[in-house]
Amino acid sequence: MSRLRASIHASLLLLPAVVLLAAFTHVPAVRTFIGALYTTPRGNRPEVFIGLDNYRHLLDDPVFWQAMANNVWYAALTIPLSVILALVMALAVDARLPGRAALRMAYFTPTVLPMIAVANIWLFFYTPGYGLLDQVLGLFGVAQTNWLGSRDTALNAVIAVAVWKEAGFFMIFYLAALQTIPHDLREAAAIEGASRFTFFRRVTLPLLMPTTLFVLVNAVIGAFRLVDHIVVMTRGGPDNATALLLYYIYEIGFRFWDSAYAATLTTVLLAILAVLAAVQFLFLERRIHYR
Amino acid sequence: MSIADRSAGAIETVGAWLLGLLWILPLAYAAWTAFHPAAYATRFDLLAPLTLANFVAAWEAAPFGRYLLNTTAIVTMILAGQFLVCTLAAYAFARYTFPGKSVLFALVLMQLMVMPDILIVENYRTMFGLGLVDTIGAVALPYMASAFGIFLLRQTFMTVPKELEEAAIVEGCSTLGVLWRVYVPLARPVFVAYGLVSVSHHWNNFLWPLIVTNSVETRPLTVGLAVFSSTDQGIDWSIISAATLMTAAPLLVAFLIFQRAFVQSFLRAGIR
Repeated sequence: MSRLRASIHASLLLLPAVVLLAAFTHVPAVRTFIGALYTTPRGNRPEVFIGLDNYRHLLDDPVFWQAMANNVWYAALTIPLSVILALVMALAVDARLPGRAALRMAYFTPTVLPMIAVANIWLFFYTPGYGLLDQVLGLFGVAQTNWLGSRDTALNAVIAVAVWKEAGFFMIFYLAALQTIPHDLREAAAIEGASRFTFFRRVTLPLLMPTTLFVLVNAVIGAFRLVDHIVVMTRGGPDNATALLLYYIYEIGFRFWDSAYAATLTTVLLAILAVLAAVQFLFLERRIHYR
Repeated sequence: MSIADRSAGAIETVGAWLLGLLWILPLAYAAWTAFHPAAYATRFDLLAPLTLANFVAAWEAAPFGRYLLNTTAIVTMILAGQFLVCTLAAYAFARYTFPGKSVLFALVLMQLMVMPDILIVENYRTMFGLGLVDTIGAVALPYMASAFGIFLLRQTFMTVPKELEEAAIVEGCSTLGVLWRVYVPLARPVFVAYGLVSVSHHWNNFLWPLIVTNSVETRPLTVGLAVFSSTDQGIDWSIISAATLMTAAPLLVAFLIFQRAFVQSFLRAGIR
């Protein structure tokens, strides 16, 4: 096959993918950067170039900072909690426990539910006075709490939902990795007199590092791109206490129809994701890969 | 085994089971509410009468049948599109050399971080420009060229021995014939895994369909459920729980039956 013909074949094969990717990923990303430099066209007022004014507005916008702070807190709690719980679950299910098949199912089931269904279930669970959580806590004499309606508890209540939904998903990756650890390692460690904890810290944990990296990357992306539960459970409230960055973009874009400011916010989100990608490739990848 | 070891094991078992119970509790609570009359929604009485009335009420209160049809259409369309588009692209990346290949591949991989889910405002504008707002196609289109699918299939195609391809060419296969007769059959397990992951992801997808649909004829189950529980129903938790379980049921039942296949697929194909 001549080189020219090969090139033509390749470009025909790639054509549909390139067109679709460009149309829904690359072009919109570039248009987002550009759109952030203009005003939002309204009625018969066309858009006007205003340079970095949208970004100045952003820096002065308390809701933006609140959403950023919320998102950082959300990520800082959701990620370690769900990853550690996933590891604990995997270790539990990997051991020879009675009824471990049922247990594995219990851990994994939330993963296959739609986030909207999960949000509904937890909305009910959290209902003040009436929901199971308040009923159980009531037995211990704890007063009624409006978990989702109070500024102090709403964000953490939403975090609990995300952890519940995600931990079981990460568990299966840990479980698969655990099952590849050779049995002789455990025997050798036992002969050396290593305690189970030492074995876990010195052998299991390092061998799980590539899995941890994979899980972490996915957890970080999830913390910035999944806001379904916010839409259903709190709509960012009360008083923006649960507004995450993507939810705020949704609100600005589709409630206030301010596309220029939504583009500015999206640029920030894209920048965050770009930094994460860079960290992943330059730093983590090199340090954690043993194989 | 020493007594200390044995008691440590017992504590671990109890702990694991407590965590398991805690994990299943919210779902069990929803199921309890859905299968009992409203009077027992929050009263736990083992002798409470079971009923399907809540499911009937939910089914009649909103067009869930239509939503189910819409979701099925969307998921099928996305899957068919992904299989076609990603297979072709993956084959080009796996077996051809052409100028700019690595740059193009890097551009494709960018989508792993910058997904259509984030570019909602611009993508909505595109759909509006194409006159596709409130169509099933608009829900499906942004997901058809999946960087993840291309990457996954490319990795698989690269493991196919070149000799097989050469033999097929000697037998008179065209380029697409080789792809269809040699590569696709050998990659079958990967297609199954990717398909399961894609279906379960898009069955549950919410934000983009919420934005781009606004009628009963196009809304998927997830959006239908959200509309139903926020406006139509007030706070009748028995009916909302029934609707919630109904929405989750198809995938949940499929998962319970094909547990192994699901877990294997998630392991093989990761996410998306």
